[in-house]
Amino acid sequence: MRGLVAGITLLLVVILSVLLSARFGAVSLSTGQVVGALLGGGSATERFIVLELRLPRAILGVLVGGGLALAGAVFQALLRNPLAEPYILGISGGAAAGAVLTLALGLTTAASWFLPGAAFGGALLAIALVFGVAMSADRRLDVRVLLLSGVVVGAFFSACIALILALSESDVVRSAVLWMMGSLAGATWKGVGIVAAYTLPACFLLMGLARALNVMSIGEETASYLGTEVEGVKRLAYGVASLVAAAGVAFAGVIGFVGLVVPHGVRLVLGSDHRILLPLSFLCGAAFLTLADLLARVLLAPTEIPIGVITAFVGVPFFLLLLRRSLRA
Amino acid sequence: MTFETRTLSVRYRAGGPRALDGVSMSVPRGCLYAVLGPNGSGKSTLMKALLGTVKPESGEALVEGRPVEDWPRRELARRVGAVSQSESTAFPLTVRQLVEMGRYPHLGPLRPMKAEDRSAVEGAMERCDVTEFRDRLVETLSGGEFQRVRIARALAQEPSALVLDEPTASLDIRHEMGILQLLRDSARRGVTVLLVTHHLNLAARFADRVLLLNAGEVAAEGGVSQVFQPRILEAVYGWPLSVTPDPVTGAPSVTPLPLE
Repeated sequence: MRGLVAGITLLLVVILSVLLSARFGAVSLSTGQVVGALLGGGSATERFIVLELRLPRAILGVLVGGGLALAGAVFQALLRNPLAEPYILGISGGAAAGAVLTLALGLTTAASWFLPGAAFGGALLAIALVFGVAMSADRRLDVRVLLLSGVVVGAFFSACIALILALSESDVVRSAVLWMMGSLAGATWKGVGIVAAYTLPACFLLMGLARALNVMSIGEETASYLGTEVEGVKRLAYGVASLVAAAGVAFAGVIGFVGLVVPHGVRLVLGSDHRILLPLSFLCGAAFLTLADLLARVLLAPTEIPIGVITAFVGVPFFLLLLRRSLRA
Repeated sequence: MTFETRTLSVRYRAGGPRALDGVSMSVPRGCLYAVLGPNGSGKSTLMKALLGTVKPESGEALVEGRPVEDWPRRELARRVGAVSQSESTAFPLTVRQLVEMGRYPHLGPLRPMKAEDRSAVEGAMERCDVTEFRDRLVETLSGGEFQRVRIARALAQEPSALVLDEPTASLDIRHEMGILQLLRDSARRGVTVLLVTHHLNLAARFADRVLLLNAGEVAAEGGVSQVFQPRILEAVYGWPLSVTPDPVTGAPSVTPLPLE
């Protein structure tokens, strides 16, 4: 019941944050102009700003924020580790290496899909490497090895990035660093469509695994005795959650913190039942990232603050407050 | 439900020692079957092999005459409830939530709990005497209370067989006797019970049949009076023992003697 109320409230917050994102930005438009543009009226410039810049950006925020938070909740259950987050398995390292290589080679001007494509490819390479290492001799996926090999593979890609940057011109270094800090600035409807194609089916799939993840969070052996096909659940959850994170990171860069903190916040308030935790983490992450992007755009407009700075500045105090409250209770 | 192994061998590492070495045993329906043996004799490995969480190197583990690896896990969990030696929760859970997980094999991923599921959960909590703290967080329980909650979860599965690895290891006398009575009653109603334990005297008192393991091999198997021979037990445990009928229950009672 509490979950349902919280879910409906959060859904309204997500819708509100999308509308606010369409309303405010570097160019000041009146509410009337924005509503006009949303309804297909107004000048061509107004329509372009609202429909081609602000709206896809807000929707990308919803998809990436929700996807990262959902993937974080799944990884925390799967690895039975509260520090797990969507990037822990080397995904961000692989994506960043792909993106930085593209920037260094000057291929970004060749075609607009090159950068996200290379980032996605890097992420897939990292996922495959980590998965290959963690498959033990008797064909079982060892989640402890998954965690370790993820960290190690991530470190390897970081070294690759450092090498590429050391050999690059300073303007390449700057755009690489900006990419790695994460941004929704490059949002297009095409990109939104691709991220949605990964994220939305993944949501339904992972929510179908919610009860299995509940059982898995008390240990693999007991989960088997309670009727879970443990190997199947692990592989499916790992693969799907990784793909969601990879799609997000490919189009929005490395946005830290959402995947770690949002699931914990939801868990502290509403408990550990994944049937509630997963959908609410998605909604909460969606609203959080969309609002953070709004702040990033308007606080120092026309300069954009990196979105990761906002997510950390807002998220850290809020999370510490929640943590203290739950420790007192 | 019946359990059976045929010359079952298990090795945890290729080239390592055998944890089980050619073990053959069978547990008939409605039998309370105790598995005894010193530390590291293969008791828990036998349990895991019978439940399909450890793969045999050779030989077979059969549940109801069918190789355990051929059972879909969910179907197996509707018939067999198991309590492993230990577990830990990764995130905060209440006692009731943990016991409700016993309904997972019946519910599957999507079906909501119905009245029959709730009554199975309530009944299981009642029988294990955990109802009074059903809303507490599992992490605040004592070792013995947690153990009873885990047994309640296995009962909530409404299984026709129970497999338990040292279920009473951290229980006080009242709850230890309560659980053993409960297992005895379950067996009487046709539930097969496989009990791994260190308590020789409790096994002698409550079990129908006994398997004594030593270094992964069967040292003795049979009725209580066949296995509870001082000669057999002394050889396995490496300690002088006397076996006398208990003055109250009449069951064989083992007393370790002082060395020398």
